[in-house]
Amino acid sequence: MSETGTNTPQQPDKAQKRRVEMTVRPTGPILPPSNIQGNALMVVIAIMAFLACLTLGAVSMVRATAAGWQSQISREVTIQIKPEDGLDMGAALVKARDLALTFVGTRDGRIMDDDATARLLEPWLGTGLNLEDLPVPRLIVITIDESNPPDFASMRDLLKVEVPQAFLDDHRTWVDRLVQMARTTVLIGSGVLILVFTAMVLTVVFATRGALSGNRHIIEVLHFVGAESTFVAQEFQKHFLKISLKGAAAGGLLAAGLFAAANFWQTRSMATPESDQATALFGTFTIGWTGYLGIFATMIVIALLTTITARLTVMRTIYEIDLIRSDPARTDGLMDD
Amino acid sequence: MVNASKISAIRLPFCGHVYRPLTIFVYEPQTSDTSDWAQPLIHFENVGLRYGMGPEILRDLTFDIPKSSFQFLTGPSGAGKTTLLRLLFMSLQPTRGIIQSFGRDITRIPRSELPMLRRRVGIVFQDFRLLDHLTTYENVALPLRVRGKEEGSYRRDVIELLKWVGLGERINVLPAVLSGGEKQRVAIARALIDRPEILLADEPTGNVDPPMARRLLSLFLELNRLGTAVVIATHDLALMDQVDARRMILTDGRLDIYE
Repeated sequence: MSETGTNTPQQPDKAQKRRVEMTVRPTGPILPPSNIQGNALMVVIAIMAFLACLTLGAVSMVRATAAGWQSQISREVTIQIKPEDGLDMGAALVKARDLALTFVGTRDGRIMDDDATARLLEPWLGTGLNLEDLPVPRLIVITIDESNPPDFASMRDLLKVEVPQAFLDDHRTWVDRLVQMARTTVLIGSGVLILVFTAMVLTVVFATRGALSGNRHIIEVLHFVGAESTFVAQEFQKHFLKISLKGAAAGGLLAAGLFAAANFWQTRSMATPESDQATALFGTFTIGWTGYLGIFATMIVIALLTTITARLTVMRTIYEIDLIRSDPARTDGLMDD
Repeated sequence: MVNASKISAIRLPFCGHVYRPLTIFVYEPQTSDTSDWAQPLIHFENVGLRYGMGPEILRDLTFDIPKSSFQFLTGPSGAGKTTLLRLLFMSLQPTRGIIQSFGRDITRIPRSELPMLRRRVGIVFQDFRLLDHLTTYENVALPLRVRGKEEGSYRRDVIELLKWVGLGERINVLPAVLSGGEKQRVAIARALIDRPEILLADEPTGNVDPPMARRLLSLFLELNRLGTAVVIATHDLALMDQVDARRMILTDGRLDIYE
């Protein structure tokens, strides 16, 4: 059925003109690439992705900060020697340090000298302190191997025998409290994260369904021209995957950028009052590669969630169309005679 | 008056052009079962339908839609024409009675097989149901696209069909700028593009002026001459008077057939 059969050889320009007129535009997608519902859904997804990634990053940051505190404190133990009449404090300090260093898992021992002790007491007793005049306990700081800590019970027993005035403080009470606090903080953060993720899931699901309701007529037309359910579902899946990837990428990248920028500012303004205050309040703005990986995973989860919702909604719509077919009592969308 | 069963050759003048009659090779209906030509495409037997607990909209309908037949379906508003078309299109099931489409009881057809059977039926909706973001060409090509065909394999057929319905110069136009008659022809072309065995048209001339209605009727007659069974639901008595064809008149849910 070629048109060329009707054209005579003496009309080449006319034939050329007709060929030009018959040019069709590149076939457009079955679903409109952008509409109000699609754009609104993209914005909703971007906002929810941003909030979810921000929460995820914050929890990751809190966890890292808590772990840092815990690590710093559990890296050292102190031996305190109380003054007593007739006690050679210098010899007791050296003996206690040497005893401690005989245990496997200790790395270094440092006796706090008079100046350091005076500096520790300065806030309470003021400057110009003569330690010889006061019965002030003295400290030995022992650095330990965190991964292979010494046997504190044996060390405590040995010190009690050899230097009765010595008292070993392994900071266990502090570490336990700190661990508890860190766990609570992370637990609260995780709770918030779950709430934000739940809100995100529901928002994305309802926004996707809302956007789909505006395309119900397309589903019906495709169904009535003989499209199989899987074909219709695939078309919608592709469409909503694109929308959700764009939205989730925008929100996720914005959150990642925010953390990167805060980290950069903190690094550049180290030791300034503003930075110190921010560090004291929020810790360091470092979320590490696991944090960024989490943000990436969140983006993927949102994209998958939108796609699956779109698929399920389309399949359900088609099912409803078929339900009307098998149940004449349901007349939704039927035309009047 | 034209006898629908004795038309030999009709040339369809559209937009000032005279197009060649289409070859049967291109638009012959895709009949998968050629062994039993006597079997009707659709058979109704004592069919009744009611919505919920309401009265029966359709009562005791018994008739056949034979292959290559041409019929009008008419009756007053609310008589059940659109409902009957929906039954013919398998988008409704009867409350009682038997409907056999292409030799199969429609109540026993699994959902997954319905799209394949619907592909053998072309339907023209009263409200056209064109997709506004697709061009005339893309709307007409839609049934082929959903069947997974490559554009290269159907491009020429779609353009030829659009020329045939007088829309050769409007292939890249969106439905929003088409007139009612043009939209109607796009909807008809979409229903025809995959060479259905039966065409169902709901008030196809309801939105067009009398000359355009005659043109569309000529189009249906030409299609029927090429082997497609045609059912036209209409109120338009003047249109029916132009063709000596079977009339199915629905009144209060009952059907009278005048051969």
